[in-house]
This record gives sequence, structure tokens and C-alpha cells, in this order.
Amino acid sequence: MKWNGWGYSDSRFLFNKKGQAEFTGKRYRLSGMIIPGLKDWMEGTFGANLQHKTQPVLNTSAVQPPMLNEAFVEELKSTGIPFSHEADDRVFRAHGHCLHEIFALRDGKIGRVPDMVVWPNCHNDVVKIVELACKHNVCLIPYGGGTSVSSALECPPEETRSIVSLDTSQMNRILWIDEKNLTAHVESGIVGQDLERLLNESGYCTGHEPDSMEFSSLGGWVATRASGMKKNIYGNIEDLVVHIKMVTPRGVIEKSCQGPRMSTGPDIHHFILGSEGLLTAIIKILYLRDHEKYSESLIDMQKLYHGLSSIFTSFLDGLKKFYITKFKGFDPNRLCVATLLFEGAREKVLQHEKQVYDIAAKFGGLAAGEDNGQRGYMLTFVIAYLRDLGMDYYVIGESFETSVPWDRVLDICRNVKARIIRECKDKGVQFPPLSTCRVTQTYDAGACVYFYFAFNYRGLSDPVHVYEQVEHAAREEILANGGSLSHHHGGTTS
Amino acid sequence: MANTYRVLDKVRLQDEEEFVDILEDKRHCNDLRFAFRTFSPPPYKGAPACSSAELNQAVLESQYLRYVIKEVALETESSVEEVRDKVCKIMWEMSQNLQLRFIRLMAFTFRKVFKRLFSAIYVNMEGLQALQQATQEFPVILMPNHRSYIDFLVVSYILFNYDIPVPVIAAGIPLAGMKIVGEILRRSGAFFIRRAIGSDKLYWAVLSEYVRTIVRTGFAPLEFFVEGLRSRTLKSLPPKLGMMNMILEPFFKGEVYDITLLPISISYDRVLEESLLAHELLGVPKPRESTAGLLKASKVLQENYGCMHVNFGRPLSVRQLCEGKINRCQYNLIPRDLPQKPNAEAQACGSWLAHMIVRLQEEGALTSPWSLMACILLQVPTTVLTEEGLLFHQLTEQTLWLRQLALDFRAHLSWPEKVPDSDVMSSTVALHRSVVYRKAGRVYLTRNDELERKHSIVPEDDMMRTAAAFLMLASYRNQCLHVFVRPALLALAMSIRKSTRKDELLTCFCFLQEVFSNEFVFIPGKSSQDFDEACSLLHECKAVHVSQWEVTDSDTGLEVLSFLQELLKPFIESYQLMFRFLCEERDCVFREKDFLSGVRTLATKLIVSGELHTYEALSSDMQKNVLSSLRRLGAIIKIEISENNEYKVNKSAVRRTGDMLAGRIPPQIVQAAPDPRL
Repeated sequence: MKWNGWGYSDSRFLFNKKGQAEFTGKRYRLSGMIIPGLKDWMEGTFGANLQHKTQPVLNTSAVQPPMLNEAFVEELKSTGIPFSHEADDRVFRAHGHCLHEIFALRDGKIGRVPDMVVWPNCHNDVVKIVELACKHNVCLIPYGGGTSVSSALECPPEETRSIVSLDTSQMNRILWIDEKNLTAHVESGIVGQDLERLLNESGYCTGHEPDSMEFSSLGGWVATRASGMKKNIYGNIEDLVVHIKMVTPRGVIEKSCQGPRMSTGPDIHHFILGSEGLLTAIIKILYLRDHEKYSESLIDMQKLYHGLSSIFTSFLDGLKKFYITKFKGFDPNRLCVATLLFEGAREKVLQHEKQVYDIAAKFGGLAAGEDNGQRGYMLTFVIAYLRDLGMDYYVIGESFETSVPWDRVLDICRNVKARIIRECKDKGVQFPPLSTCRVTQTYDAGACVYFYFAFNYRGLSDPVHVYEQVEHAAREEILANGGSLSHHHGGTTS
Repeated sequence: MANTYRVLDKVRLQDEEEFVDILEDKRHCNDLRFAFRTFSPPPYKGAPACSSAELNQAVLESQYLRYVIKEVALETESSVEEVRDKVCKIMWEMSQNLQLRFIRLMAFTFRKVFKRLFSAIYVNMEGLQALQQATQEFPVILMPNHRSYIDFLVVSYILFNYDIPVPVIAAGIPLAGMKIVGEILRRSGAFFIRRAIGSDKLYWAVLSEYVRTIVRTGFAPLEFFVEGLRSRTLKSLPPKLGMMNMILEPFFKGEVYDITLLPISISYDRVLEESLLAHELLGVPKPRESTAGLLKASKVLQENYGCMHVNFGRPLSVRQLCEGKINRCQYNLIPRDLPQKPNAEAQACGSWLAHMIVRLQEEGALTSPWSLMACILLQVPTTVLTEEGLLFHQLTEQTLWLRQLALDFRAHLSWPEKVPDSDVMSSTVALHRSVVYRKAGRVYLTRNDELERKHSIVPEDDMMRTAAAFLMLASYRNQCLHVFVRPALLALAMSIRKSTRKDELLTCFCFLQEVFSNEFVFIPGKSSQDFDEACSLLHECKAVHVSQWEVTDSDTGLEVLSFLQELLKPFIESYQLMFRFLCEERDCVFREKDFLSGVRTLATKLIVSGELHTYEALSSDMQKNVLSSLRRLGAIIKIEISENNEYKVNKSAVRRTGDMLAGRIPPQIVQAAPDPRL
């Protein structure tokens, strides 16, 4: 894993000696491939120049020595729970993936970091740690996959008490699967892809696939009210969770049964879901679904939005590209791509496919085939790697999302994109920014819209500050247009 | 002659804005070829183009109208189909049908007509360039002032000329009733709005949805007259807010990213309808708009009307202007397609924007030599103009003095450069021979013979002829009143209050603004800025000394101050006369009709006897303004809303207002505290 960027250390975008973009490693379908359009896109969209490269600085000596609470450490030792106060362990758990966090790390700036990391192995370990922390007045920050984008892992610089990072990564087991009720009891530290893999081995799945599922943990999903790309079939995290056991400084909270719904006053789960980990570790049970056939496809609709779609077309092979761009008259820079994933029983999938294709045909769209669909789906996992590539070439960016009623979707997209461009100009950004968006989740009453915003920051003295100002303005615009502050990323609650 | 203007290709404004005569560069080109020129305005980027029929369809099928139709059907106990039919009829009556063919026809005829009527039509190119840019980005609202029927299509004509999308234009319904012409206007982009819509819910709904859809789709630039009416007195009118609020709503609701407002100032050397307007003010009813009437009016085509200036203001971003003034989140909790009355905040914002546009129109207007001359002529005793005549060189001298004062007050003048002043003066007098004429070095009032033909000569008729000429003069004076009004109100406050204390003068200034708020347009809640502006303008021309607490007149300022006081005297005298009339009436309840005729009789009597020195008390416009003013001040109350507007008068309140205006008692501000946000 990278300590100052997204994902696996072996997987990254880079420009090889020939100046072609390449995705390294072996983990993804994209790995080892040349992406021909990416260079032009980077240069065309951002005015990025391959000659201008930033160099991340490694400087672990800048880490402050740990501030330990000796009594706490002594008692912790007696419990046998493993812990560490090595600098790299601490730095690794001091940040999520907000732009300012990663930017500071690349710049070699390390602020307040946890003084210690503990690795509980089970629920009872967590109970003990929380008890000790209360007793010795020590701060705990739970840590799952480290993919937070709400600054929830940031240590408050003014904190004078010892800060302990509670890493749940060892609590990664499925304790049991209840085949009669289609539920499973899972520990909170399990990472999304492991959970899915293990369930698949038994013929089940949760269907919860957020973009970060390779790294984010079950506990994190609950703490942030996560949502995944397949939510239309399987539901969001709050629809999947049946039972939660939560350790708090004042004891363990859990429901007394596993009934699917109860009406005994406000649901205690609603206090826990989306609490941003301010409480503590979580254990729970998930619904399972039959996992049968699975097919993917993809459709290009009206020529409306551009941006990432041009990367998409760069994958298209010669003949197909010719067909779409010349024969059908799509402009590769101005076409709208929808990646659709159909999942479930065969008849159902076929029925769904037909419905969707009929609608698409009505608006001049066409299916682009399963291969492209799979690539498109996979692209959502590697987008985060793209940001690191951008940062190598003076481009910073981030995504933020909102949920909005249907009648406002088009307006909010137009207004927010326009506002971003306007604000960048006002704040002195020298190059035209990337300001684009896509709909990622749909509901009966509205949709979730992701905005992607990035710009070339050459010539700016404080790019992160400019970035934050523009993002703030964009969020203001979202609120004025009837959108929510966040759909599933969570807000900065500190 | 006015032809001297034509010698110049360009007239320059003070701020170096360049005006080009659009008749000049095309004068030699064939009219037909001009009309058939390729017209290719840059497209609007916000939304795909749509046809008039599609626009109407979108309005008819809107969720908003479907909702209102259901509501109205329930209220009136009729079927949805019946109400829908009504809506279709309203749409049929209202909607425009913009077609390029008719724009070409319009351009062709206008060129013919304009070349005959006007020596030149000056347009500022920088403004047009900015406009062309703006029409590509966001929906554009063209907001010209309204002084003449010509205003209607002149903007379309100019835009056609310069490859800018031609607008759809909000027009009064009487124009639609004209045979053929109504249809031509409709196809040139005019849509027609009924007068006095009142509480007709269905009509409001259709109109507002129609306007909003035009803005939302960026169908075409939307042109409307924020003053609501053609100004009979050539003065700015207080803006009407209904249309303004409709236009702003798509922005408030986030349906468009921004809206561009574009004030346009159209200034005429001589207004085509001048004598018609004067007679209308004197109570001769306005002829109904009809095609036959238009043809009869063709004799106006034989006259020369000098120059026309169309000054396109700078595009204003509603988004920027409204920043911090409006919380757009308020629209998030109700479906956007359902009717939602603008709340106080939104209304205040609309009102502020509308008033600001009027102010910008005034600032962009060009003051003609004739308008300055009218100010001077109105300050000369009546008998001098009617009998012995005013020495021409004296008029010249005073007009030139006033020109300097106007420049000091930052007016834009359309005074031709590089022409000797005496030539400008004599060509101006020649152009306005309908009002004054020059004989043997003296200037006399021309008395129109139109009324003479209809009636036998009695002293009252003679007076009416004089009155018509004076009201024409007053209208031309009104064209430049906005230049002087703030300093003049201060000068007036100084003479009424006989005080030098700034706070007392400010109170009096605000009182005068309040009393005259139907006469002069001020941005609500900005009185102290207006006051400061007045102080600094008077200070700059060395008429007063301004210190932290005091405003004192200077030795050199007497001429300026007394000119300014005299300028507003007709208003004071007329208002006092009408106050007096109300107090002397036996009854406390009166009908508007009786008031108008009663005041006219009294004023006529007093003018003949020499007690009243202004003819403006005869103007029905001013008479109605007095009623509105007193109503606002709470001195009279409207008791019946019917055809006969009846009022109940509180005589002591009227008397008190009169006393305050005369300086007998210190004025108090009756106005509520202004909204701090505005």
C-alpha cells in the first residue's frame, strides 16, 4: 500500500519512456496496458505538461516523537493486545484521502499524528481498549481502511492527550453464515473485497460495492452511511445492516434480537449509521443474496457531456471507434457514456437489458458491448489512481457528491459546473479547470451526482487553499440548487 | 438645420464611448439588399434552439399550468377542459410568432421610415459588442426606457443590423388589436399583455409561465419596458415589478445559471408623439391604437425629428447583483413547478433591481441641447414667451451656462462637437418649430392650431393652446430632470428648511423624495446615498460648502441654487394648488373624475388671473401623481375600487403635508425604515 497516494504500491499511472500513459502492476484489467488518449487528454484538458513534474518528498524524520501515556501503555501490555509506536505505522494512520491530506504528505508536511497504534483482535479486545482509554484519559481514533474523505482521521493539532489509533484490520473474520435467514455475522475490520470474496466462496454476496471497496472496511461503511454502485439491486448500507454491536465509552450497545425491523421508538441504528466513527468499533450482520449470473453492458447516449468519456473512447478498437464516431456521428469528446451493470437471475437480467436498451434507442443511444462495460465499471476503481498521476504533473483535483431530486438534476449539474469554472477564473487559476459530473446512483425521488473537479495549479502559491475555496463555492451552489451536502462521503463532523 | 449633425460621423460621449450612425454607413446601400442580408447571430450556448410553436407547447404542457388549471377548475366549478380552452385562448392572444421573414420586412420598412424621419440614429458599438457576447452565455433581458412607439422595434432593428439575436418583446394588448399591424408586430416578436390584469389568476399563471419559459429556454432575448408604460411626460416612471419578478424566478430557482440584464437608454431629439402627448395630458383622450389612425398619423412622416441615440448599457449579472441578498434555498422545499409567491426578500430584491435599472437608463440617456433649452425657457415669465419674446442671444448664453452645469453633474450630452454653439442653438430651435420659433433675434412660443380648428376662439381655448406648448416644453425639460433632481431637491430643502444642519436637511430631503416619489424615481432605501450625492455634486460646482455637520450656501453658488429651486417650482406650486383644492372642498369624499376636472377648472382660473405661474397643474399625470402621493402618505384613502375611484380625504393631514412643503412646519419622515439589506 502507498503511504502518500491511493491504493497498492505496484499499481499506478505513469508516462513511460515513450511518453505513453501506462497503468502498472498486474492487479487490474487495465494493468500493463497503454492508454493512448490519456496524455492528450491531460494536456488538452488541463494544459498539463509532461516536462513539469512534481517530486513527492519523503521525510519521515519530520514525525514528532510519540507522546505516550505510560500507565495506559503498561496496562495495555498486560492485556496482550499488539501495539506500536513506530513512526511509519503512525503516519500511515494519520490521514484519509482528502486532497489537503495527500497534498501535504507529498509535500513532506506531517502534522499531528497518532502517538500509538493498537490492533485489537476481537470484540472483547475493543471493549478492553475503550475501558482503558476512559480510565487513563486517552483519545481513540478508530481506523479501518483509511479511505476517509471527510477528514475524520485527522488528529486535532491542539490535542494534548495521547492519541491512539485503533486499527481494526485484524478483526476481519466472518464469524458465521446463517443460511436460513440469509444473514452473516462479520467483524467490522473486514475489507470490502475480502468480504465479497469469502462470501462468494460460499455462494453469496452482499452486493455492496463502493468505489473504495478494495480498501475500505465494513465498519467504515457503517460509520459513514456508505453507498455502492449496485445499490439499486442490493440497497445502501442502511438497508443491508440487520444488527450492530457497538462499543462506547459507556458500555456496549446492541439490539436484543435480529428481527428485520422493529418499532420501539427511534431506531438505535440511526444514531450509529453515519456517526463518522465518533463512537467506536462496530460488528454486524449482513443480508445475503443469491448470486447467479452476472452480465454487463454499456450504452452511449446523447452527445452531452465530455471529460472522462474521451478516455473511454481511447479504449475502443479501430473498427468500433470508426463505427461510433464516423458512422453514428458521435464526437468522442462530446459523448455521454452510461455504464450499466445488470445482475441477478438470467430472465431478470435479459428483461432489464431490453427495457434499458429500448429507452436508450429512443434517445439515439446504442449499446457498446460487454467488454466496454466491464472496462467502464473497472474505471471507477482506478479513478482514484488518476488523481495521483495528476499530482505528479501539477494537477490537483477531487470529487464530491450530492443527492438531489430528479427535476433539479440537470440544473444542478449545469450550475455547479459553471460555478466551478467561474470561481477558478476569479481565484486566479491559470488554466481552464476540469469540471464535469456523472450520475452514480438513482432513486425513485432523485439521484446522486458526482462532480469531478481538477485544475492545473502552476502559478498558484497556495493551490490547496484555492481548491478549498472553489469547492466551498461549489457546495454552496449545490445547496442553493436543492442538493444535499453529501450523499455518502460524509461531512467533516469535527 | 438639423442636417448639421449629419456632417459628423460620430459623436463622442464624455467617457469616450463611441457612437456610430447606423443610417449613415448603410444610407447608400439598397434597402432591399439590406433587408435580405444574411442574418447569422452566434447561437445561444445554454440550450438548443426551439421554435415558437414548441415554446407554446412547452408552456401549455407545463406542470405549473396543469396544476393551476386544476385549481381554477375547482374554484370556478367548471371542467378542466373548459379551463384548458381558456388557457389556449389566452395563449393564442398573447403569444409571439417570431419569424425571420417578418424581421426582414420590418427592417426594410423601418429603414425607409427611419431614413426619412431621423437625421441619424446613433448607437454605441462597445455596448453592442458586449451584448453580442452576452447573448451567447445566458438569457438576456433587454430593458429600454419607453418614450415613443418607435422604441418598440428600434432595438430589434439594430440587433438585426449587427447579427445579434432579435428579441421577443412584451407589448400592451391594444397594439394586438390593430389590423395587420398587430400581426406584423406579433411575427416580429411582440407578445401581448393585457392591461389591468388584477386578480385574474389564470391569466397571471399563463403570462408568468410564458415569460419564465422564454427565460428558461433562452428562446430569444426578452425585451420589456420596466416602466410598464410609455411615459407621457418623457420622465422616468416608477418601475412595475410583476414582470421583473417573473424574470428573476428562473434564476432564483436555479433553472438558469445566470440572467443578464441590459439597460438601454433611448434618447430622442424630438419625440414623434410630442403634441399628442401634451393634449393627452390636458385631457383630450388618446386615440385608440388602430391601423387607420396609424395611416392618418403618416403626416408625422413629413417632419424631421433630428437624431436618436440608442445607448446600450453594460450587461449586468443578476447572480452577482443578488449575491447575499437572496437565500435561494427557500425554493428547495416546494416542487419548483408549483406556484410560489415571491417572498418579501425576493420582492425587495426585484424592486431594487428594477429601480436600479431605471437609474441606469437615466444615466445612459443623452441630454440634448433642446432639453437644456427647455429648462431655461420654462423659467422665463409666460408673457415674455407669448408676447414680447426672449432675446435669442440671452437664451444662448443661459443654455451654455446650463450645459456646463449639466457636465458638472456628469450628464451625457448629445451636444455636437466641432460645430459652433450658435449653429447648434439655431438648428435646435429650427428643429422644434412646433414649440418655439425665432423671429428678429427673439424666440416666441408656437401655439398649436389643432384645437383652434375644432372650437370657436374663447379665452380658455387660447389658454389651452398655450398650455399645450408649455406642457411640451415641460416634457422636454423632463428628459434631463434626472441630471439635476438630487442637487435640486437639496437646494429646495435648503430653501424650505432655512437650516444648514445636515441632519435636518436630510430629513427634509427624504420628505421631498417621499412626496415626489411618483415624479422622480429613486432606489428605495438609498436616500442617504442620494443626499450624499447631492451634497458632493453641489460642492464640486462650488455652490455649497459641505462640512461634517453642515451644508452652507456659498457666495458663488446663488445662481446654481436658485436655478435648481426654480426648476422644481412648477412641482411645488402644482402640488400646493391641489392640496389647497382638497382642503377647500366641502365634502370629505370625492371621486377621482371630479377631482381631475375640479383641479383643472381651478388651475385654469388661477392661471388666467395670473395667480398660478405654471401650466403643469393642468397635467393629468401630475394630478394622478398627487393622489398616489397622498395615498402613500396616508392623507387620503381609497374607499371603493370600482370604475369610479372614490377617495376619503383627511384634510388636516393634507394641510400638514402642504405646511411641511411650504416650510411652515418641520417635515417628518413618514416612510418606514428601509430594509437594511438593500
